[in-house]
Amino acid sequence: MKAKVLLSLILLCGGLAAPVARAGDAAPAASPPPAACELPSYLLTSESRLPKVAHAVKAGKPLDILVVGSRSTTIPSSESSSYPARMEANLKEKLPASEVVHVSVEIQSKKTAEEAASTFVKLMEAKTPTLVIWQTGTVDAIRSIDPDEFRSAVTDGVVALQKAGADVVLMNLQYSPRTETMISAQPFLDNMRVVAQEHDIPLFDRFAIMRQWNDQGQFDLFSPSRGPELAKQVHDCLGRALAQFVIDAAHLEPAQQQN
Amino acid sequence: MTIADQVTGSTIAGTAGAKPAGTKPRAAAPAITLPAIGERELRLDLFRGLALWLIFIDHLPTSLLTWFTIRNYGFSDATEIFIFISGYTAAFVYGRAMLESGVVIATARILRRVWQIYVAHVFLFTIFLAEISYVATRFENPLYTEEMGIMDFLKQPDITIVQALLLRFRPVNMDVLPLYIVLMLALPLILWSMKWRPDVTLGLSVVLYAVTWEYDLYFSAYPNGFWAFNPLAWQLLFVFGAWCALGGARRMSRILASPVTMWIAIAYLAAAFYVTLTWYVPQLSQFMPKRIEQWMYPIDKTDLDVLRFTHFLALAALTVRFLSRDWPGLKSRWLRPLILCGQHSLEIFCLGVFLAFAGHFILAEVSGGAAMHALISLSGVLIMWGVAWVISWYKRVADKSGAKTKNAVGNADLAGGG
Repeated sequence: MKAKVLLSLILLCGGLAAPVARAGDAAPAASPPPAACELPSYLLTSESRLPKVAHAVKAGKPLDILVVGSRSTTIPSSESSSYPARMEANLKEKLPASEVVHVSVEIQSKKTAEEAASTFVKLMEAKTPTLVIWQTGTVDAIRSIDPDEFRSAVTDGVVALQKAGADVVLMNLQYSPRTETMISAQPFLDNMRVVAQEHDIPLFDRFAIMRQWNDQGQFDLFSPSRGPELAKQVHDCLGRALAQFVIDAAHLEPAQQQN
Repeated sequence: MTIADQVTGSTIAGTAGAKPAGTKPRAAAPAITLPAIGERELRLDLFRGLALWLIFIDHLPTSLLTWFTIRNYGFSDATEIFIFISGYTAAFVYGRAMLESGVVIATARILRRVWQIYVAHVFLFTIFLAEISYVATRFENPLYTEEMGIMDFLKQPDITIVQALLLRFRPVNMDVLPLYIVLMLALPLILWSMKWRPDVTLGLSVVLYAVTWEYDLYFSAYPNGFWAFNPLAWQLLFVFGAWCALGGARRMSRILASPVTMWIAIAYLAAAFYVTLTWYVPQLSQFMPKRIEQWMYPIDKTDLDVLRFTHFLALAALTVRFLSRDWPGLKSRWLRPLILCGQHSLEIFCLGVFLAFAGHFILAEVSGGAAMHALISLSGVLIMWGVAWVISWYKRVADKSGAKTKNAVGNADLAGGG
């Protein structure tokens, strides 16, 4: 018996030592963007499809993307480095040169999912995007909205967007280790996953992605730095990942992807 | 010596031949029976200690150690273990008090315990306030301007603090104590009813649980939303624990010993493990029938989803079957730290919450990284053990000197929890 316990303790210690070594290896790679952006492929793939995006690209029609987000969609005072702008640049790079890509951003500052969803009908009358990337959950988590209400609000929003004829991608919360003791993200992450599953739409798991970067030492998200550099790098990587995610979910031809 | 040190407890489910001897009740033939005084039930302490460690680790940011916590292997997690054992021990200690000294005295003692837990909660809230205020003034990463909206409540301390005292404003990770306070407040009623008809009491508890689900009852919280652990649903585990302690376990022993139960439990745990696996290996989820997924999700922690409850039952059934109460390992040095922590659960629980705050703080202010993380987790567990040891030591010394004057009444620690 004792030997068994001892063995498990040894295994435990061995296990603990392993990530130390890994973190050490990863540290030097942190500076140049592309290496830092690296992600395991399962975070960038989805079983759900984006048929309208696929159709638009194949038919050579312009690809109009609307990002509905909140304050974490942008970086204060450097709009062009925020993830929607970076995604646009990356999509233009990866899609055929003839493809017209246009990304617009709608910021719903300090609005819960329910408040945001209530604007969707009007919003979709004004713009007719091929794809809407709806990033939500943070405000709801901060205000600790009832997760059931949150889920039905997200469901309503998704249905409204789909009715207006757009493909939808859901994007969840940021991974924010510093406020982890104060904001409970999990119920909101879970419910967004449920809605995505129910409606068969891709979920861009921003939370898992950022946590992966933090855990692997690519970014130190605990950093208290006041400068915008970290935010710019993270948004650059998010933009790249999002572009890749959209291309993958729309099943665009590999030939087009390699450009 | 306090009674706590002599208390036995029937086994969690009494398979291992708990002596079916009742205590000498004053009232004629009560409906409940308490196990005989004998050796302390170490399995309860062991698993409560384990739950405390797991809760601590789950409250830290995710790390490698998090993979050792049971929530990654099935539906239920340490909270279920904790609430069940708390119900069990509370019923055990205060049930005895109720039989021996009457309802009024027992109620008074329960209320005293509630007060202790309340004070502990307010103490933790103060620490939380200190931490959040510090972060609010020092942390200005532009990546997280939105998340800093959580600090808004600092702008109206008049409302926030009053709401916290009313248990309506509860920051993250501070949900268990309010739940426990409410459950303990209900304990006199539960015990009084159990004294009359244990099975009816359990039945009423199930009815309340069902009604809560049917009509979506909840405790509202501040600024909005509801309690993260709905006491109206979680009472089921607590009452079930109490029911087991007051003789139910013994009556279930035949069911628990049957191989059918064992195989059902194993099959259920395996299925739950597979489902959990699909959360971490999304490729697997294509083998999950969509219909089952839609029926199953979301697995609701707030209202103690039936899937979570049954998962806990399956775990408990197997534990009782395979870990006999006279397993010599329970006395081994290696499990001593866990058992010690389980024996002083309120103190160690609060310490764990505090250490989790402190751990976050160190990770944020000093350095992140896996090495630091592992160090914090391990030292946290070691500190919990050390403090539990000191408390035990102090109690032993104090008991020795106070034995002549003090009346040996049940020790709240056994009923503790937190």
